[in-house]
Amino acid sequence: MATITASVYTSHVPAIGAAIDLGKTHEPYWAPMFAGYDPSRRWLKEHMPDVVFLVYNDHANAFSLDLIPTFAIGTAASFAIADEGWGPRPVPAVAGHPELASHIAQSVIQDDFDLTIVNRMDVDHGLTVPLSLMCGQPEAWPFRVIPFAVNVVQYPVPSGRRCFQLGQAIARAVASYDEPLEVQVWGTGGMSHQLQGPRAGLINREFDNAFLDRLIADPAGLAAMPHIDYVREAGSEGIELVMWLIARGAMADTAGGKAPRVAHRFYHVPASNTAVGHLILENPR
Amino acid sequence: MALDKPYKDVPGTTIFDADQSRKGYHLNQFCMSLMKAENRARFKANERAYLDEWPMTEEQKQAVLARDLNRCIALGGNIYFLAKIGATDGKSFQQMAGSMTGMSEQEYRDMMVRGGRSIEGNRYAGEKK
Repeated sequence: MATITASVYTSHVPAIGAAIDLGKTHEPYWAPMFAGYDPSRRWLKEHMPDVVFLVYNDHANAFSLDLIPTFAIGTAASFAIADEGWGPRPVPAVAGHPELASHIAQSVIQDDFDLTIVNRMDVDHGLTVPLSLMCGQPEAWPFRVIPFAVNVVQYPVPSGRRCFQLGQAIARAVASYDEPLEVQVWGTGGMSHQLQGPRAGLINREFDNAFLDRLIADPAGLAAMPHIDYVREAGSEGIELVMWLIARGAMADTAGGKAPRVAHRFYHVPASNTAVGHLILENPR
Repeated sequence: MALDKPYKDVPGTTIFDADQSRKGYHLNQFCMSLMKAENRARFKANERAYLDEWPMTEEQKQAVLARDLNRCIALGGNIYFLAKIGATDGKSFQQMAGSMTGMSEQEYRDMMVRGGRSIEGNRYAGEKK
């Protein structure tokens, strides 16, 4: 059967993608941030999954205001790179895993999570920046990816509790898939940032680091945090952090298993307007 | 009975909720149209004529022409959609965000490099800094 081996958490700031694409990663502004991902790229080489279930949000690229799905799972064989207005990022197209994606959709919908199934979708920086941070600039991505888009653009976004429970349902779905695949679940977005209004530029290091602490040690408690705390403390766009709870809910300890091992933890301010947070958790073998 | 909107007292912040989305539907869909190169070219050639193709309010059109992003947001715009105007103008997300704060581009960039805007004094409207 398929197994979830680890979860990875990272911000997905578009300027990080631009810095990679334009060869600026060694500039003094960017070098300290990219250095924080050096251990992650080494870790990934030693823990290469077959499939990454990648939780992210679309930023008005695949979905306009015509359709606003709360949870959308990509079941296609491949996903093109979105042109967000600056031209598509020069990165490989994303190969999907239609069989596992369809299996997960069927399982979690029967588990009361009403997903939207997407057979054609371009993927934007929310999905490609985490791939670039973890994999560098390969000619093809080294694993298949199931894109899982969460609405965090139009309020109300799904609650932390709902996201956490969805992660648990995804873990049950993966465990019931017959093929022996190694699967990682990645949660992306955040950390504290606000891109709009006179309060733009908000960063809250204390909140972010407490969030990382609790995500590791008390995820169920963290999942009870109401929306308003994210908005007030982490900024209007900091609410993207609810997506990290989907990945955390998919770890073994939330279903009676052993606590995960912290393989890597990193925090850096700023990347453009945003605080960058990053965490790798491994399920015990 | 009214819905609870506890985010109304967060200073300098407009939450893009269902009411804002309803007000801003055509404004945001106009922004979305700028993802196509041919539409960007038509918009740049005659902004007013392009805007007049959309059932937006006159206030919304004026806010776009003035590149007043705070006004656009008050009238239902969402930053991820408004970013398409910035892309058309060749502006980065940081330049767009900074333009809403009353700071110069350099002041805003310097603030971010120093660790960003502090949360202290910025949790509640009317709070003492």
